[in-house]
Amino acid sequence: MRHIISVLLENESGALSRVAGLFSARGFNIESLTVAATHDSTLSKMTIVSIGDDGIIEQIVKQLNKLIDVVEVTDLTAHEHIERELLLLKIDVNSITQADIDKQIDDFSAKIIDVSEDTYLLELAGKSQKINDFLATFKTTKILEVARTGVTGVCQNRENN
Amino acid sequence: MKLNGAQILIQSLKNEGVECIFGYPGGAVLHIYDALDLSQEIKHILVRHEQGAVHGADGYARVSGKVGTALVTSGPGLTNAVTGIATAYMDSIPLVVISGQVSSAVIGNDAFQEVDAVGITRSCVKHNFLVTDINILASTVKKAFHIAATGRPGPVLIDITKDVTIAQTAEKSYPDTINMRSYQPEVAVEAAQISKAVDLIMSAERPLIYSGGGSVIGNASSELREFTRLLNFPITQTLMGLGAYPATDPQSLGMLGMHGTYEANMAMHEADCIIAVGARFDDRITGNLDKFCPFAKIIHIDIDPSSIGKTVSIDVAIVGQVRAVLSDLLQALKGKKTAEIANWWAQIDKWRSKDSLAYSTKTGVIKPQSVIQALYQVTGGEAIVTSDVGQHQMWAAQYYPFDEPRRWINSGGLGTMGFGLPAAMGAKLAEPSRDVACVTGEGSIQMMLQELSTMRQYSIPVKIINLNNGYLGMVRQWQEFFYNKRYAMSYMDALPDFVKLSEGYGHSGIKVEKSADLKPALIEAFKQKDKTVFLDIITDPTENVFPMIAAGAGHHEMLLASKDKMQSTDDEGLNLV
Repeated sequence: MRHIISVLLENESGALSRVAGLFSARGFNIESLTVAATHDSTLSKMTIVSIGDDGIIEQIVKQLNKLIDVVEVTDLTAHEHIERELLLLKIDVNSITQADIDKQIDDFSAKIIDVSEDTYLLELAGKSQKINDFLATFKTTKILEVARTGVTGVCQNRENN
Repeated sequence: MKLNGAQILIQSLKNEGVECIFGYPGGAVLHIYDALDLSQEIKHILVRHEQGAVHGADGYARVSGKVGTALVTSGPGLTNAVTGIATAYMDSIPLVVISGQVSSAVIGNDAFQEVDAVGITRSCVKHNFLVTDINILASTVKKAFHIAATGRPGPVLIDITKDVTIAQTAEKSYPDTINMRSYQPEVAVEAAQISKAVDLIMSAERPLIYSGGGSVIGNASSELREFTRLLNFPITQTLMGLGAYPATDPQSLGMLGMHGTYEANMAMHEADCIIAVGARFDDRITGNLDKFCPFAKIIHIDIDPSSIGKTVSIDVAIVGQVRAVLSDLLQALKGKKTAEIANWWAQIDKWRSKDSLAYSTKTGVIKPQSVIQALYQVTGGEAIVTSDVGQHQMWAAQYYPFDEPRRWINSGGLGTMGFGLPAAMGAKLAEPSRDVACVTGEGSIQMMLQELSTMRQYSIPVKIINLNNGYLGMVRQWQEFFYNKRYAMSYMDALPDFVKLSEGYGHSGIKVEKSADLKPALIEAFKQKDKTVFLDIITDPTENVFPMIAAGAGHHEMLLASKDKMQSTDDEGLNLV
């Protein structure tokens, strides 16, 4: 099962490699990993999407908690939560009608953020599934470049994070 | 007054109560050595190889219960230390290892003797630090000792760039305490879990206590004894746990696992309630997980939550210091009546009567088991015994009953050949008044032989019990059983004359080739209190370690002696190796 694990950790050099190293050393899977500083500059927030059965996810959470730099670990999937991912998509607009492209963009509330003679650069934020669905509306031959940030997320109630 | 970083480091070590440090100098740590030499307050043991330094500090830590300390230079100094660090990590031994690093200005430039120490050691330390700022040096040392010694202990590396050791700053007072928001090792024992455990314990009809290294490291020996005796339950101990409960006590079933006793492993298989105390269900203990403890409810006490439920699912998990949890359990059990277990003890006595550690003797050859038994007799069971890795390690664990913790020092987790001699050195420094024996083999001893020179320099007397069978015995045993007696590279040809070798290093040596000479030689060796004596004992080259749970088998499928037909192990089983 897919889990989104949120990790609050000391904003120290090497902290990221401790987490990444833990996943590779113990054979845990990483679907995506995002990290950035928080409003408190001494802390970073990392969001990891992993796939595994309950036993594996339990081990991932426990092993992350064992890392000295880790302050808090939350399995967002176990709570009411919001997840978002950002997509930047460059497409070849030759031989696509303007009407078609407008419809695709409207349907997903995507944005055109840059235009050249024969390419559009589109931006879309949403759940990973929405981004997958959006990508699936384009013929692969028309997709020139895909850049996804990976998932980040927060718990909806006040208590968790 | 201004101090340089090297002086601050040495001051900090003194403040941490470090009395003894094992190390080897080099370019990146010259300032540190200068400060160490000038201070004259910390005893430094100059080893002959950095791996020996870390094993020495490790042996010192295991025997004393204090944090062991080692100091190595950058580059090869650090890489040589890695095996020692990984050894300590696998057995949860508290160490602080200090390594020099090239100057911060040249980090990343592939400078002379530069390696990414923090990167290389990341997966085999509890934590590590790279210090590039003199202002955080003292607080980093404080953190390192705190992390190493608390919670589930482990090695911590401090990598210090050379410029930090040279830079100067005003002397500040050393912090008394440290608070890290991301590291809170103190855990309160959950009362609800205690009461669940008590319910299981009271109703158990076939209970068994399974105690591991956590009972030794966690200084829980007296609580474990009280708990076991109050309940009158049988107890088995892991290779790492030996001595926490006295082996000669009638409630002790001996060691369990791959080379455990018949009664211990059968009791694991038949038990209806297992109380795991500071043990981690390692693969050498469980054998085939599908066949592991099929009838038991399992209570697991451990300081490390990640050890709980990692390989075996647990019925009652109690996270906490083993000692605190056992105290709480004792409190909760006072005055309560447990189920009648006389039938269980009767069954255990039947298994015991198999005498699974019996071995056949042959005239003309020395049986390795008899060497350990003679060692036990000659030392009155009072020695500290270190070992290397292989058959001799198992025989030492099986035939030297340890009645006290911190007397049996071996590399159980990583299985590091070469550990025994430097660990013995550290053990002797930690407890100079006690006899220290290093049980080894002609394969293992040659991996850290150079430390004989260190032992000469500092007059550290250890008795080396070399079970010399001319083979890498454990490899040979597996090749005999599972590789159709194809002995690929397990024969040790061109062995040195160990007696002459020992004499060459300024020690004495005795070669023993006849059974009749064994005990007199041991007595003579231990009589030489202040000397290291190398006993080169020629043992039966064909002897195997029994009992044995072959790869892929369960606890109830033990092989008891060489006459048992070795069942064929399938590929799946061999993968479990």
